[in-house]
Amino acid sequence: MSQSGGTSGGPGAVALRRLARDRAAMVSAGVLVLIMLACALAPLYARLVARSDPFRPNLDGSVTIAGQVLDILQPADNPLHLGSAPIGPTWHGAYFLGADGQGRDVASRLLYGGMNSLLIAGTATLICLCLAALVGVIAGFMGGWIDQVFSRLLDILWAFPVYLLAISLSVVLISQGLHIGPFVIEADNLLLPIAIIGIVYVPYVARPVRGQVLSLAQSDFVMAAIGLGVSNRRILLRDILPNVMPTLIVFAPLVMALNLLTESALSFLQIGVQPPAASWGTIIADGQTLIYSRPLVAIAPGVAIMVVVLALNVLGDGLRDALDPRAKLRVP
Amino acid sequence: MLIILVQRLGQMVFVLFGISVLVFLIFFATPGADPAARIAGHNATPEMLAAVRHDFGFDRPMPVQYALMMKRLFISQDLTSFVNRGEAVIPEIMAGAPITLSLVAGAAVLWVIGGIAIGVAAALTRGGITDRALMVAGLIGVSMPVFWVGEVANLLTQSRLHHSWLFSWVPPLGYTALSEDPFLWFKTLLIPWASLALLYMGLYGRVLRASLIEAYQEDFIRTARAKGLSETRILLRHALRTSLITFVSLFGLDFGALVGGGALLTEVVFGLQGVGKLTFDALQNLDLPVIMATVMYSSFFVVGANAAVDVAYALLDPRVRYKRG
Repeated sequence: MSQSGGTSGGPGAVALRRLARDRAAMVSAGVLVLIMLACALAPLYARLVARSDPFRPNLDGSVTIAGQVLDILQPADNPLHLGSAPIGPTWHGAYFLGADGQGRDVASRLLYGGMNSLLIAGTATLICLCLAALVGVIAGFMGGWIDQVFSRLLDILWAFPVYLLAISLSVVLISQGLHIGPFVIEADNLLLPIAIIGIVYVPYVARPVRGQVLSLAQSDFVMAAIGLGVSNRRILLRDILPNVMPTLIVFAPLVMALNLLTESALSFLQIGVQPPAASWGTIIADGQTLIYSRPLVAIAPGVAIMVVVLALNVLGDGLRDALDPRAKLRVP
Repeated sequence: MLIILVQRLGQMVFVLFGISVLVFLIFFATPGADPAARIAGHNATPEMLAAVRHDFGFDRPMPVQYALMMKRLFISQDLTSFVNRGEAVIPEIMAGAPITLSLVAGAAVLWVIGGIAIGVAAALTRGGITDRALMVAGLIGVSMPVFWVGEVANLLTQSRLHHSWLFSWVPPLGYTALSEDPFLWFKTLLIPWASLALLYMGLYGRVLRASLIEAYQEDFIRTARAKGLSETRILLRHALRTSLITFVSLFGLDFGALVGGGALLTEVVFGLQGVGKLTFDALQNLDLPVIMATVMYSSFFVVGANAAVDVAYALLDPRVRYKRG
């Protein structure tokens, strides 16, 4: 299963070779890696290229572009120059994409925001898959009343509209933070959106996993293992889990795509990433008031989300074709 | 048939109960600060806190609190906001509901028509350039955040292209009731409908394309061909009809996502004062009673709608009817 890259005929190697032949999936993976790298370099960009603090309001400041000193707050573009707007895109190092409503460098914030968005979506995906595997495997393998309890719980979560669940959890946690015994998680901690987004999509993965485990538990090789007197633990680890793994791998990019969209929605509603920290969702929200005068502030992060989600979806399709042509995930 | 109906109703009641308990636990039993402090809002006085505690029965056992809450939400409907002092919540939801329903219903119509058109066009040109372009466009559609699509639509129709012939008819943001001026109602909602439907259209086109292609391999299509039926008739009367069953069952599920998520975000962007905008405004000042009520009412609506779709599904598809009955 794990002889990746080898020339032998292990299923993992076969799948990898198949994936490598899928041009659309490989391009998507490349785009994703590039965007992740760019976001990881956000601090460097802010220091060396943009040369301003992307988290401090700077509306009174000025900036030197090609030898010209420009105020950050410019007269508006309308014919009478009524009112004012933050500086638009300079297409130079500083304020490459212009400034937001508080005079902060949009390009820097875009990279920092991407870091948060991707970090939240990625970590939440891990949490979601682990929880779903745990619930799905336990419910499917144990059967009986344990399965009944878990399945009914999943039914309820499944019927609960995802965004409403996420909003309820977020607003409660954002208002006062989370206190469990001696542990206090403050409202602006990224762990809160990560945990919330990690939970809400669990039924979408746990249900198919449970179904798969249920049929695996009836399969001949598991029956044979039971007949040989192999312990439950060993059956789970050696027979069930390796067979569930491909399903989880196929789900990973698709769930991450959903997570990224959910994160952006929560942040847009101001119950995700808290200011002054940024995420692509918060930048779109910042840009909403500037939409007619400086549309780029809202457009840029939206394009970033679109590109990443599209790449994840294409990669997910590729992984599914490579690993398991039968897996299906409903995109809610 | 009756058995399915009773079964589905029982399941619905169970899920409704489960969701209400879950919402109750989230709002009142999340470990952390005093729930009374959460409900009273940020600048609550000690008197207000005491009032909240008494009002919601926080000094009594949990099941009593739950029963009290449900009574105030659904029976006496006298739940009030503490941030906007004393404003009754349920009437506000009822006032917003027609706007949200107008938005959702119109978007759903566009989304179904668009989805069928895309799916049929793609299946007919399978493997061709139109098919590929439609599928890529569909994938791009589901990859965009709905509120962002709305903002860009606003940018184009309200500002950049507003003076061109294409969008000069678009009225300013806001809402006009259907009963007041049906034509203006239609005009104000057309852009929100379109931006909401855009997301799902492509996805549904993909689903329909897949099931159409599958249907074309079935024996009854070969039989229809052998009978000498025209291709159009085969498509419309045979292939599309079976494929639509998947489409309808999926539609029920996503309708929930639309009411709970997409519509909320769209209302915010287009300034429609529906239930979603109400929720959004309450989120801005952490007005928990309002959020709790909108969440509860919306999810109940969604669960009810899903049950209705399931029953319709059983009525439509004899395979389901006999399997479950």
